[in-house]
Amino acid sequence: MRKPGALVVAAAVLVAAALVAAFVGAADLNPLATAAALVDKAVPFARLPSSLGPVDRAVLFQIRLPRVVLGALVGGLLALAGAGYQGVFRNPLVDSGMLGASAGAGLGATLAIVYLGGAGPETVPVAAFAGSLAGVAVAYGTGAAAARHTVLGDGVATLLLAGIAVGSFLTAVQTFVLQRSASDIQAVYSWLLGSLSAASWQQVTTIAPYAAVSSVVILLHGRHLDVLAVGDEEARALGMRPGLVRGIVVAASALAAASAVAVSGLIGFVGIVIPHVARRLAGPSYTSVLPLSLLGGGAFLVLADTLARTVLAPAELPIGVVTALVGAPAFVWVLRGTSQVST
Amino acid sequence: MTALAAEGVTVALDRAPVLHGVSCAVPGGGWLALLGPNGAGKSTLIRAMAGLVRYTGTVTIDQADTRALRPRERGRMLAYVPQEPVLPPDLTVTQYVMLGRTPHLGYLAVPGRHDRTRAMAAMERLDVARFAERRLARLSGGERQRVVLARALAAEPAVLLLDEPTSMLDVGHEQQVLELVDGLRREAGLTVVSTLHDLTVAGQYADSLVLLDAGRVVAAGSPATVLTAPLIEAVYAARVRVIAGDDGHPVIAPVRRGERDGRLVRPGDLPGSTP
Repeated sequence: MRKPGALVVAAAVLVAAALVAAFVGAADLNPLATAAALVDKAVPFARLPSSLGPVDRAVLFQIRLPRVVLGALVGGLLALAGAGYQGVFRNPLVDSGMLGASAGAGLGATLAIVYLGGAGPETVPVAAFAGSLAGVAVAYGTGAAAARHTVLGDGVATLLLAGIAVGSFLTAVQTFVLQRSASDIQAVYSWLLGSLSAASWQQVTTIAPYAAVSSVVILLHGRHLDVLAVGDEEARALGMRPGLVRGIVVAASALAAASAVAVSGLIGFVGIVIPHVARRLAGPSYTSVLPLSLLGGGAFLVLADTLARTVLAPAELPIGVVTALVGAPAFVWVLRGTSQVST
Repeated sequence: MTALAAEGVTVALDRAPVLHGVSCAVPGGGWLALLGPNGAGKSTLIRAMAGLVRYTGTVTIDQADTRALRPRERGRMLAYVPQEPVLPPDLTVTQYVMLGRTPHLGYLAVPGRHDRTRAMAAMERLDVARFAERRLARLSGGERQRVVLARALAAEPAVLLLDEPTSMLDVGHEQQVLELVDGLRREAGLTVVSTLHDLTVAGQYADSLVLLDAGRVVAAGSPATVLTAPLIEAVYAARVRVIAGDDGHPVIAPVRRGERDGRLVRPGDLPGSTP
């Protein structure tokens, strides 16, 4: 890793974002007392007296903290998955929702809400998770099959186009299902726009294993993604198996994005914007872009969620709206930066 | 020193045959140049040697079939430099040269001090260490070619496979790069196989030549036996004169069609003369 400094800064920003998110909210918690309570709880053998009352303690540990931790997990996973896809497809504009992932999750969640009895906390995450993975599997399978007969070079473009086609198909099915069941539109849309308002420790522990496995696998492939940057043929001449690396990283990125989507709904732009910022800070090597994206994505989403639940308090903005409002202008900035690089 | 040989190599790309049973060999420490007009199959032969296209026939390294090698083993033996290498614009020279260490690293290995030392040695050997932290997008054509060679050298290969290593360079940088390759061959005992488009230059640097036409070997041997006017005129549909240079190497000079007679020597072979 070339720039450990950037990593330390990103970790510090994440911790700071988490602290701010813990202090701010509907119940006004005293920052000093909150910090003392957190240290008392988190650091073994530390005994810090805190003036936080039992209600404030419950707010902190049962409502706010799981939401902060879940937000950090979801943001980190989305940014890491986006960076993984970008390395695999050698394209900085690919998002974690590409390859049918978002469309599949949307269809899964819609089916669960419409046919399995409402936006329950059990069925919808499982359906979204399964739908997201199935979407990627179908897109990757058809894309890889088509790439064998392709005229588009080494097949990367074919895979992306297959992802777009599969995504459009799944979205069409989802829209049709929704149109037949108007009473569920509100529930489906509030899921589609993304929210962390249902965050609980149970959700954190549910996705933690998938998050851990997928993150570790992606982080271990930074060097391989750097080699892929010189193209499949030169990568093969260097003794690498591009198809194998691509398959592993796509599978891990799909798992990361699916576990995030399952507990948060569709949150856009994190997967594009954060890796790009990481690239600007630490250069193009994926050995630094990947860990920076994980930390930066976590920090970004924790802050976005804090905005989402405070700007219109006591009402909440959908977090997908917040990330899009910040993300869309940033996306334009990404496009400008990209055209400068290529000229 | 490592010898390389191709035996009856046949390649079809998109079902169209490109090479028909091509055989050629280069002894350890030798320089074999592949010549021939555009589309003759030179690049395909080099890519077959590197194991990058499906072929029938055999490619051997010191009599051992390269098909028996694992991909990383082959990557350590053979360094391949394509005609137009992909240079990620934002990568630094050091990061790019370090990619050459890939065949030496296990799947989950992280490059260590030894790898950095070997990469640095390759960069110093090719005189690119001065701009080690510069981005690839900021390099001139000659610098770029040296950086690409440094990446190939960082793998510590026995054989260099170079596809048109000088096609983008002016005559001065062309000589500089070829002298560098020749120096590597003499000092490190590297075996070199390259395609070269300039026939005179090929005769100066390579010690054996193979002339390909339409996927078949038309002539093979020393520069003096391959670089003859009748062979070149027949294969390239060109008009040339072969002059003995001061150093004994043949010099191939193109000859313009005479304006007085206006008659072609080989009318059927010239582009535009066929109906």
